[in-house]
Amino acid sequence: MRVRFWGTRGSIPVALTSAAVKQKLVSMLTKAIGTPLDTVARIEAFVEQEGSTPYTFGGNSSCVQIDVGGSDYVLCDLGSGVRTFANHVLATHGPRKANTFHIFMSHLHWDHIMGFPFFVPAYIPGNTILIYGCHDVLEEAFRRQHASPSFPVDFSQLPARIDFVRLDTGTPYDIAGLEVRAMLQRHGGDSYGYRFEHEGKITVYSTDSEHKLEDPTVTDEFVRFFRDADLVIFDAMYSLADAITVKEDWGHSSNVVGVELCQMAHVKRLCLFHHDPFSDDEQIAGMLRDTRRFEEITRSGAPLEVSASYDGLDIVL
Amino acid sequence: MNLSPRRFADVVVVSPVGRIDQSSADTFKDVLAPHLARCTAGEDRLIVDLSGLEYISSAGLRVLMLAAKQSKAQGGTLLLAGLQPLVQEIFEISRFTMVFGIAPTLRDALAKVSASALSAFEKA
Repeated sequence: MRVRFWGTRGSIPVALTSAAVKQKLVSMLTKAIGTPLDTVARIEAFVEQEGSTPYTFGGNSSCVQIDVGGSDYVLCDLGSGVRTFANHVLATHGPRKANTFHIFMSHLHWDHIMGFPFFVPAYIPGNTILIYGCHDVLEEAFRRQHASPSFPVDFSQLPARIDFVRLDTGTPYDIAGLEVRAMLQRHGGDSYGYRFEHEGKITVYSTDSEHKLEDPTVTDEFVRFFRDADLVIFDAMYSLADAITVKEDWGHSSNVVGVELCQMAHVKRLCLFHHDPFSDDEQIAGMLRDTRRFEEITRSGAPLEVSASYDGLDIVL
Repeated sequence: MNLSPRRFADVVVVSPVGRIDQSSADTFKDVLAPHLARCTAGEDRLIVDLSGLEYISSAGLRVLMLAAKQSKAQGGTLLLAGLQPLVQEIFEISRFTMVFGIAPTLRDALAKVSASALSAFEKA
């Protein structure tokens, strides 16, 4: 199982500003003073050792691909990252090959559907797009987004075959070679997490999910849903203090709760996801350092590997 | 869970020991409640001495956060004191150092909230 991240930012896409790029360049060149950088190899080695400074976590909103080697594509959410995914598909196959896309929707807030009007395969006859979700208004949300005056191409004009499939929580489904289960999560208008299993590998996609910590039975349900996963993609938008004080009921969670749930569920790898649009690269890198340290000082069993997702991250399980 | 409450003049000090985690957070909340109820403008000041605490989970931090919220609403004074290095780190990583009033030691906390309580503490 391979998991590719095409969009990892929460709430709204963000872009690096010219000021941020300039700041990164100044920081790098300052650190380079006195260092012999007279060959490309030395420059590359220098850049590699400079941590997150030369990189960016990226700014596209939620879109994650679950790849188990089949001919169909499987995605979670249709945030702005799906545009980059579509570019990859077209670059791989060209526009003439008919493809099938299975897309699991966590929920229908704008940042999770906004990429669909720019999803080129929807404009190509012969493609099949199956959109799965647990919300009653699944189809309505997509049709409304395409309607005038919000977008110039009405949903009814899209040439691809597009079907909406309602899923129920608690029922296991066999879709595109994956066993899939959905779970209700706390978020404005509800959201759903998905657990994907294939040939002994397990990935859980759990974004836009607030953990109130007031009812241990709810925590236990999440521990069961995460149990023994190889990878949990987790909404770690805020610090714990923010998530349960000033941003209580905003529908998001924290790095600390992510670690605790994964430790209780014996998860192998936690990937921080849905980064706060107010966080810059340095702040996200800081949160990753803190989260790894928190995992280390609270560990009682096997280590939990912690990473922070970024647009372009590719994890092979 | 025994909080071993001690009174120093107008201050009550409670001292949880060991671990406050998912399974013990509710009990901690229950045993803290009567002390918290008296943490008002005209009654006791409350210090939670964490020097014997080895670990606190998010559920335990939530109990402390609710306690701070309640004491503030009642016009009371609640202070945390004596965080051990590991617990201090948990507070810093979860950003709770920005939510609570925290003193390095119990003595510092008493000095901060009540001169008469500090005097009683030093005589004890």
